[in-house]
Amino acid sequence: MTDKIFSKEEWLGGLEALRETYGVFVPVKDGDFHTFMPFDEGKTPDFHYQNSRLSPKSVVYPQSERLFEYTLDKADSEADIVKESPKDYSPKAVVGIRPCDAHAFQIVKRNFDNPEYRDPWWVQHFESTTLVGLGCNEPCSTCFCTEVGGGPFNQEGLDALLFDMGETYLVKGLTDKGEALLGEITGGSPADDQALKNAEDLAASASKKISLSVPTDRLKEKVTNELFNAPFWEEIAFACLNCGTCTFLCPTCWCFDIQDEVSGKEGDRIRNWDSCMSPLFTLHGSGHNPRDNKFQRVRQRFMHKLKYYVDKYDDGVQCSGCGRCVRYCPVNIDIREVCKLMNNH
Amino acid sequence: MENPYLPYPVRIDKIITETEDRNLKTFRFVFLNPEDEEKFAYTPGQFAELSIAGKGEIPIGIASSPTEKGFVTFTVNKTGLVTTYLHNMNEGDVMGIRGPLGNWYPWDEMEGKNVVIVGGGFAFTTLRSSIIYMIDPANRSKFKDITVVYGARTPGMLLYKDELAQWEQRDDINMHITVDGTDDPDWKYNIGFVPTITEEKITSADNSIAIVCGPPIMIKFTQPVLEKLGFPPERIILSLEMRMKCGIGICGRCNIGDQYVCKDGPVFPLAQLKEMPSEY
Repeated sequence: MTDKIFSKEEWLGGLEALRETYGVFVPVKDGDFHTFMPFDEGKTPDFHYQNSRLSPKSVVYPQSERLFEYTLDKADSEADIVKESPKDYSPKAVVGIRPCDAHAFQIVKRNFDNPEYRDPWWVQHFESTTLVGLGCNEPCSTCFCTEVGGGPFNQEGLDALLFDMGETYLVKGLTDKGEALLGEITGGSPADDQALKNAEDLAASASKKISLSVPTDRLKEKVTNELFNAPFWEEIAFACLNCGTCTFLCPTCWCFDIQDEVSGKEGDRIRNWDSCMSPLFTLHGSGHNPRDNKFQRVRQRFMHKLKYYVDKYDDGVQCSGCGRCVRYCPVNIDIREVCKLMNNH
Repeated sequence: MENPYLPYPVRIDKIITETEDRNLKTFRFVFLNPEDEEKFAYTPGQFAELSIAGKGEIPIGIASSPTEKGFVTFTVNKTGLVTTYLHNMNEGDVMGIRGPLGNWYPWDEMEGKNVVIVGGGFAFTTLRSSIIYMIDPANRSKFKDITVVYGARTPGMLLYKDELAQWEQRDDINMHITVDGTDDPDWKYNIGFVPTITEEKITSADNSIAIVCGPPIMIKFTQPVLEKLGFPPERIILSLEMRMKCGIGICGRCNIGDQYVCKDGPVFPLAQLKEMPSEY
């Protein structure tokens, strides 16, 4: 596997050239925040950021995506027959994705790509995407990736990883996909042992900066109904506005709605991100709603991430520790605190 | 790549208005591509998404039996956007079916046992599928006594009235049809709520398995009756409803605990439900 050092200018030049063969997504400063955008002419990537406000999950799983199309024109012999929409699965690359967000794709993959059903759009978008990570030299105060199976330089789910060494990037190829991408980027020089050692030291010192403990070790052994009926849910949910910011920003939230949209005689079947914070999410046609109350919806979000997912897949929680829900919750509901309550219940 | 969200195109072959309030209609569909019928191989208890271009999809239990060939039927209550539109569609119109989805009644376990079917209102659809399946000459010998308690608010609200009358005539199935009330002087069957009639007519739980499908209130009051009769929770089988979209356990909305009603259900033994959060 490749271990190379690029000057930052050289790397940026390489990314510009990469646009010939890949649809490249990079972090761009957008007002007060960073957002992953297509690296089009006139866009300047900015890799000096802690994390983007939204994870790049929409590259693989767009917020709104056309699934099918159809005509309602009765003069057409194919009227009312739903057809798959053509899709572009040409190679894409997300450059600068944080390791937590790459880990999140692995968490979500279990849902979209399982032994019984494969979601064709998610799977094909994912398979056509190469993830080039950027390790976190300075994790945020809300970060807890190390507590949920990740780390600021965690390689799981990444195809290549960048170490920001100050004046240079050290790039490690991690998978065949990553190697193929790095093969498209000319220049750079092989990293020597000292450079690799420096990179390892950087990663180790970054990990130590995350000091908060979020225990998850006892979640699996808990009885579901004992957690479900625990006394703390009303209190946790008390301040919640059900605004859905947490689910919208979460890189591991995958729930979606499917809706038909018609314009004239042409129509589309579209899927949109949805949120368990909305009462409509579970409202039956009859008017019955199994999660009619706010606290039930808040409980669902935490139980799903920290208990149901744990039980179903037996491989950790449905959280990559990115801390976005903690940072952006308008009423300061903190998943790390909830996790502690659940783990210790 | 195979697309589990893509509906099979079908033509509405026949529409039957089932109930006096005209809110329940049975739709018989024929596959536009005959090979799709084979791919749609189902087992009684399963459901499918009925798909109408421009409106959306709804999950509905399959009312026909796999022993009936050449078509598939669904009985639909007029409730929301899709069902209301469907009720206004005509024979010959084209739409879609996606499935079969979900699990089914525990047919392997039911073999060699007495089967008690308890149904109420318009939830009788997959129970009709099951009855047709069991009384088929190829299958009848696999089961011992078959007893059916089926109730509706009034005689005019019963589904499949012609078939109910035929089953009443048969000696290989014990029918107990009931209505909550009626002013029809010629009504010759029972009057009373389903749990009451169940308690009256079912005398033993020996070597029996009960399948219960109905509105929540009926399920709530039938459950203790069956337990009192001696049915252990492992042998009380329920079929649940939930708001659904994908139908394949991916979109995330129909969960009860870590189980998705669309994929892991809709059929659950009461014993399993007791271990799950009571959020349905």
